[in-house]
Amino acid sequence: MSTSVATGLVTNAVGRRVPTTVNGRESVPYQGIGGYRPTGHKAGSSIRSNSDYPTNGDKRVPNLETALRLCGLRDGMTISNHHHLRNGDLVALAALQTAARMGAKDLVWFPSASFPCHEPVIELMKSGAVHHIEGSMNGPLGDYCSHGHMRGLGVLRSHGGRWQAVQDGEVHIDIAVIAAPAADYFGNADGSHGKSACGSLGFALADSVYADRVIAVTDNLVPFPCIPWQIQGNNVDYVVEVDSIGDPSMIVSGTTQLTRSPDRLRIAELVARFLRDSGIMRDGFSFQAGAGGIALAFVDYLARMMKEANVKASFVRGGSTKYLVDLLNDGLIGYILDGQTFDLDAVRSIASDPRHVPTSPFTSYNFHGKGNFASMVDACVLGATEVDVHFNANVVTHSDGRLLHGIGGWQNCLFAGCTILAVPSFRDRIPVIVDEVTTITGPNELIDVIATERGIAINPKRQDLLDAVQGKGLPIRSIEEIKAEVEKICGGKPAKPRLLDNPVAVVKWVDGTVLDTVWQVVDDNPYAPKVNGGE
Amino acid sequence: MPAAAETSVARRGEAGRAGLDVRSDLHVSFEERASGGINVDLRSRVDLYYGERIRQQVRDVLRTLGVEHAHIAIIDEGALPFVIAARVEAAVRRTGLGQGMSALPEAVALPAPSARDRLRRSRLYLPGNEPKYFINAGLHAPDAVILDLEDSVPFAEKDVARLLVRNALRAVDFGAAERMVRINQLPLGLADLAEIVPQSPDLILIPKVETPDQVSDIVGAVESIAKRSNVGRPIWLMPILESALGIENAFAIAKASDRIVALTLGLEDYTADLGVAKTSGGVESLYARMRVANAAHAAHVQAIDSVYGDVADSEGLLRWGEASRAMGFEGMGCIHPIQIEIIHRAFAPTASELEKAMEIVAAYEDAQAHGLGVVSLGSKMIDAPVVQRALKLVARAKQMGTMIDPVTSGEES
Repeated sequence: MSTSVATGLVTNAVGRRVPTTVNGRESVPYQGIGGYRPTGHKAGSSIRSNSDYPTNGDKRVPNLETALRLCGLRDGMTISNHHHLRNGDLVALAALQTAARMGAKDLVWFPSASFPCHEPVIELMKSGAVHHIEGSMNGPLGDYCSHGHMRGLGVLRSHGGRWQAVQDGEVHIDIAVIAAPAADYFGNADGSHGKSACGSLGFALADSVYADRVIAVTDNLVPFPCIPWQIQGNNVDYVVEVDSIGDPSMIVSGTTQLTRSPDRLRIAELVARFLRDSGIMRDGFSFQAGAGGIALAFVDYLARMMKEANVKASFVRGGSTKYLVDLLNDGLIGYILDGQTFDLDAVRSIASDPRHVPTSPFTSYNFHGKGNFASMVDACVLGATEVDVHFNANVVTHSDGRLLHGIGGWQNCLFAGCTILAVPSFRDRIPVIVDEVTTITGPNELIDVIATERGIAINPKRQDLLDAVQGKGLPIRSIEEIKAEVEKICGGKPAKPRLLDNPVAVVKWVDGTVLDTVWQVVDDNPYAPKVNGGE
Repeated sequence: MPAAAETSVARRGEAGRAGLDVRSDLHVSFEERASGGINVDLRSRVDLYYGERIRQQVRDVLRTLGVEHAHIAIIDEGALPFVIAARVEAAVRRTGLGQGMSALPEAVALPAPSARDRLRRSRLYLPGNEPKYFINAGLHAPDAVILDLEDSVPFAEKDVARLLVRNALRAVDFGAAERMVRINQLPLGLADLAEIVPQSPDLILIPKVETPDQVSDIVGAVESIAKRSNVGRPIWLMPILESALGIENAFAIAKASDRIVALTLGLEDYTADLGVAKTSGGVESLYARMRVANAAHAAHVQAIDSVYGDVADSEGLLRWGEASRAMGFEGMGCIHPIQIEIIHRAFAPTASELEKAMEIVAAYEDAQAHGLGVVSLGSKMIDAPVVQRALKLVARAKQMGTMIDPVTSGEES
């Protein structure tokens, strides 16, 4: 099966060949940071009137099938879901499988991210119910797309880019199906309460406003009003009550454990020392941290250094865990601006502490917003699958070219004052620092520091950072030097994968332009490690 | 039935590990053939990137070992080249082939030879058959790494681990760390020495020493192998005392050879010998530790403490280390890299100690310059042993790099 959905390949501003047509729509090649400024008016949902809805506010219908029928389900529609229930989500599959049972064909699935639990969507693509996916793909879904089996082109967007695509009309959502850990009959919904509590519902916010039709699915119907209403009932068409929206054990982890890996701990400590010794860690600063192994350990080291120096952060953006909550309770940070809530301590905190605030990709990431929280933080620590000597980075594909991981908020976070990629220099004999990344997901203008266990490389464009840490005893090295050392350890440069000249997906930049293309893979190594990425 | 006859006499050997929970290692299954050349059946996580190079390396190793016809099946979990060479050689040797031959990996430059009295605050134990811990061990900057062939290696894997450790001594850059190997008790330890000594380890740890004669046996073996293989660098010895008898003979053992630079003890075996429980407070081993510290100082070698087993308890480790230093020890073992920094802190002089010592040293130098026999500080006369202790402390602090910015341990307040 080949895709003829990508045509007119041109070379963009980072030197990558990208299609000018994606799934039948014209697309703009990447033009550099801030190089593309679309004009005109934002898209919107179709006009509704309250007279079309029950005056008593009760929008409940018996089941998903009824809701989808009332929403006017048709072939070719775009259905959206959200990943706040992570790998425990039951709602997305229920929505798509119900639509398929009702006979719908050629749907476009528009998730904010997919997880391994969504593997059965492959069957829906094979049967023709789903045409293609615009959203992150990994594991079996990633392999299906990477081998060119999907009928349409995959479109990978950041969380902010998803909002941008909805706002400027690139993606029109016909029906949004929102999983709600708590909801009332009017459709007000909240994520911080209930047996399937997940914290913030921020990923669903754009869809609730811009989709033509919105269905809230809940396993925890509460009396009106559901407070706080992260999703406003005024945007919701129908409410469906089900037994379960997800597997709580897969939604949040009970407790988040710090890594014991010596190498990860070393990288985390180097990153914290870098922030301290460069002067970025000062009273009133802010930072972004995720829930990955290195990012969590980094927070632990940084907190100790903040205590020692008697320094407090004004706010922290990020995926929240017990560790951030502890900092909040210890008075080391003023606020948590929460994009995603990862463990039970964080869920309890967001439900009870007014300084622990749910945010959305609109407030934090959206290109069409009048400013972003993500660009206001002083420092941000992220991972990557590959980085290259030009400081470009890859987060979506493995070195063998297969789709591995979604973009998540990664691209949006690159706009922080100092962006640090914390990565091992090689994994299982596979160098992470390479000559050219397989897929550019982040351009080098925005990547300031690459921290590895073998030393810290600073982007030559950031002379200020180079000056700031000079003589501080940090292992500052050139990226070329680290790369050469890794290649020596691994026994030479790794061979490049063979890729067909057939696009299977595109990587969008935060402004909607096409940053790079993901090509069809040829080789299938049955012994390659299985990957279960998220977002 | 020539084919059947052939398989019935074919020699087979296996080595290494593979599986979902295994990283940076490989499993090799080697089978000698009568004809047909070398057939490599490779399944590798990194096939796409290094598959061809792995196949070539395997052929090269087999040629070096004198093998011309074989079927070799490999499951590779991303092992580095020095590991691949060691596992293939081990599998071949287990068939009885390749005896007396070695397929050595490319050597990295060695650090400067180890000085007799260098710092030995922390020594990081690396299980000798777990290659994944080797490559980055030096990055954590311990004073020494110990490639362990003894307790962390199951008896059935001694031959395989020995080759892996040998290759690591050649091919892994451990940075500035002193390269130590803990061998097995004799006679197994002799086979370890035969592979290890030609690769210039800086120090050999001798387990379960109870008498000075045991040290002499090792010294004889080390010296004859070193001579045969032209090893020009010093190879020091550190006996480990792990029994009541060993503790009683501590001084005689410490004096058994000029190559001995340090004396240490193993508390698991010692407490087992006594038939008592090993506690976190360590009251049951107090005598043994004091005896070892005293014997070591009497013999002018370093006294080195055992390990602290609870990796999660950094407070406990710091307390243990500080008490250890107070008893006269100069270092201890680490079982996880996160212990290194804590141990270095524990064995560093405190800021006030250092300040005082520097004052005394300055007064001593002043007295020397003026040809005075008596050192005085203000109105107080300083006794000679106090001066000696201050000189020692300042010299050590210089080695630790704590002179300019005295380590203030921070935990005191």
